[in-house]
Amino acid sequence: MSKITLAHGSGGRLTQELIENIFFKHLGNKFLNKNDDSAILPKEVANIAFTTDSFVIKPFFFPGGDIGKLSICGTVNDLAVNGATPKYIGCGFILEEGLDMEDLVKIVESMAHWAKVAGVDIVCGDTKVVEKNSADSIFINTSGIGFLRDGLDLGIGNISVGDRIIVTGNIADHGIALLSKREVFDFESESLSDCAPLNHMLTALTDSVKGIRFMRDATRGGVATTLNEIAKHNNFGIMVEEERVPVSDSARSACELLGLDPMYIANEGKVLIVIDKKSEARALAVLRNNEYGKNAASIGEITQDNPNMVCLRTPLGTTRILGMLTSDPIPRIC
Amino acid sequence: MLKFIDEYRDKGLCMDIAEKIRAISKRKIKIMEVCGGHTMAIRKNGIHKIIGENIKLISGPGCPVCVTSIEDIDSILALSRIKGLVICTFGDIFNVPGTKGATLAKQRAQGADVRIVYSAKDVVEFAGSERDKNFVFISIGFETTAPTAAAAILQAAEEDLNNFYILSLNKTMPQALKAILEDNRADIDGLICPGHVSTIAGIDMYNFIVDKLRIPCSVTGFEPTDILTSIYILTELVEKNQAKLVNAYKRAVRKHGNEKALSIMDRVFKASDTQWRGLGNIPGSGLLLKDEYLRFDVLHTFKVDKVASIPENECICGDILRGAKIPSECRLFRNICTPSNPRGACMVSSEGSCAAAYRYGD
Repeated sequence: MSKITLAHGSGGRLTQELIENIFFKHLGNKFLNKNDDSAILPKEVANIAFTTDSFVIKPFFFPGGDIGKLSICGTVNDLAVNGATPKYIGCGFILEEGLDMEDLVKIVESMAHWAKVAGVDIVCGDTKVVEKNSADSIFINTSGIGFLRDGLDLGIGNISVGDRIIVTGNIADHGIALLSKREVFDFESESLSDCAPLNHMLTALTDSVKGIRFMRDATRGGVATTLNEIAKHNNFGIMVEEERVPVSDSARSACELLGLDPMYIANEGKVLIVIDKKSEARALAVLRNNEYGKNAASIGEITQDNPNMVCLRTPLGTTRILGMLTSDPIPRIC
Repeated sequence: MLKFIDEYRDKGLCMDIAEKIRAISKRKIKIMEVCGGHTMAIRKNGIHKIIGENIKLISGPGCPVCVTSIEDIDSILALSRIKGLVICTFGDIFNVPGTKGATLAKQRAQGADVRIVYSAKDVVEFAGSERDKNFVFISIGFETTAPTAAAAILQAAEEDLNNFYILSLNKTMPQALKAILEDNRADIDGLICPGHVSTIAGIDMYNFIVDKLRIPCSVTGFEPTDILTSIYILTELVEKNQAKLVNAYKRAVRKHGNEKALSIMDRVFKASDTQWRGLGNIPGSGLLLKDEYLRFDVLHTFKVDKVASIPENECICGDILRGAKIPSECRLFRNICTPSNPRGACMVSSEGSCAAAYRYGD
C-alpha cells in the first residue's frame, strides 16, 4: 500500500501528482480547477459570514463518519447556525509521513460527498507533509464563507425570559461513538456519530418559522457547556427538564456503564435553538420533518431566576446546577 | 440493560418512599454514606432535597482517590520522573495535585509517558507487547478494584513478565469505618454501606458497627429507589432506637461477598498499615504484595526519592473526609478551588464530595 512521504510535500513532482490525482480529481470545481494562488469568487450583495475550524480527531475513521466528513460538516454548521447559507470552503491538510494513501483518498472522497450534500464548493486548499511523529496521521483545517439570509436577526442579545430551548435531536452519540473506538475502552456500542450538515434543515426552519432568537451547535463540552455559554452572557437563567432531553438507548447505556453524563458528551450534528414560546410547536414540526431533526425536543426555558446559571430539574422534581465542563470526561474508577 | 436501571428510578416509587421517610422522621439525624458513587447519585438526583429537614446526609471517605495521601501522590510523581518507566493509571488520579501543584498531567506535558487505563489488565498487555519499557500500574481503590489488580499480578507471574509492576495504594474499608465512627466529631446516627465494596467483601465486616457502636447499617445500591429505601430503613431504625444490619442491595450483595475475588486478593496481598488523607495512619487498612509477589512491587525495584510533602495550607479535605465539615465550609471552595484548578483531592476526583457539591450545588 502506498504511503505519504515527505516528497509529497516538497512542492515537486509528487506534490503535483497528489494534488491532481487526489484533490483535484475528487474535489474539483470551476474555482479550484483554476489552480490560482487564491480563489476569485463572484460578487454578492449579502453580508458575509466567515469561519474557520481545525480537525484533529482520533481515530480519524469512526462509527458514523470520518475526519473528512467532519471537516466539511463542522464548518458548514458553524455558518448555518448564524443564519448564513454556506457557499465556499477552503481547506488545509497537514499529513504525517507514513499515512496510507488509501486512507487519504477515502477521506477526500468523503469530503467531496458531504460538500455536495451541503451544497458547498471547495475553492482553495493547501497540503503540508510533516515528519513521522510530528503530527497524528492527518489534521485538516477548513475555513468557510457563507452569505447571510435577509430578515434574520440572530444573537444572544435577542433572548428574553420565557423563550424556549429546543435541541434538534438525540445528544451524546458522537462522543460515545468515538469513545467506543478508543483503544483503552473498546466497548461494543451501537452509537453512530451524529456528524451531519445541518444547513438545509436550518434554512427550512428559519424560512418558515419566526421568532428564532439564537442558534448554536453543541459540540465540544456537550449541551451543558453550550447552555452555560448562553447563560453567562446575559442576565437570565436557564432551566432544563432532564426528562425531556433526548438520548438514544445505546448512548445512555454507554454513559451508565462509564459513569458519564450525556449532557457533557460532544455532538457534531445537534443545534440548540432559543425561540419565542409562540413559535415552539411550529419549529418542532419543521425540524422533525427533516432526517437530522426527527428527534428534536423542547428541553427547557429561559428564566428570570438564577441569572447566569443553568439549572436542571431532575426526574424527582429536584433542581441542581448544570455547570460547565471542567475537564475531559474520563470514566470513573469504581 | 436500561430496563433494569429504569425500574429503580421510577419517579412515583421514589416520591412514595420520600413521603414515607418524611412521615416517620421525627428528630434530627445524620446519615453518612461512604461511597463516592452514593455521593454522586444523591447529588445528581437531588435525593437530599426530598427527604425532609430532619435528615442530614453527609459524605465519608468513600472516594479512593480522595483518601490517597499527598505523600503517595508525590511518590507517583517521583515514579513518573524515572526514565523508561511508563505510568499507567485510572483517569481520576491524572489531575490530583501533589506538593507544589505538580500533577501527572503536567508531567506528561513535560514528556513523561503517562497512560490512562481502564483496568490493570491493560497494563499487563502493554508490558507483554512493549518489552523494552517498564510499566507500573498505580493501583488505587477499595475492595472493589483490588481483586482486578491481584488478577493482573497473577497473570504477569504466569507470563513471567519482568517489566510489569504495581504501586499498591489499595485500601480496605472496615478499619477506616471504625476510625471514623469511633471518632466522635462526626456523630453519625446511621450508615449507608457501600454497595460495590460489599459485593466483593460481604457484609459481616459491618457487624462491629452494629454490635459495638450501636449504629444501624444498610447495604445500599446506587439507584434512587435503592438509596431512598436505605434512608427509610435507617430512619426507622434510629427512631426505634434499634441497631441492625440490613442488606438492602440483595440483587448484588451476598452475605459472604464474592469468595472467588476475595481468594485472589488473599493470594496476592497482605494487610498493612497505610496513610489516609484526613484520617492519618490506620493500622491494617492497606494492602501490600506478599513476599512471593514482591518482585512486582515497583518500590522494591525502583528507588523513589522521598520529597518533603507539603499539603495545601487551607484545604480542609481531611475534615470533609471524616464527615466533620462540608465543602462550603472551606474558604477555598468554589473561589479558589474548582474542578479545573483543584487544590485538594475531594475536588479533583469526579466522585469527591467537593466536586459533587461544586457540580450539583449544595
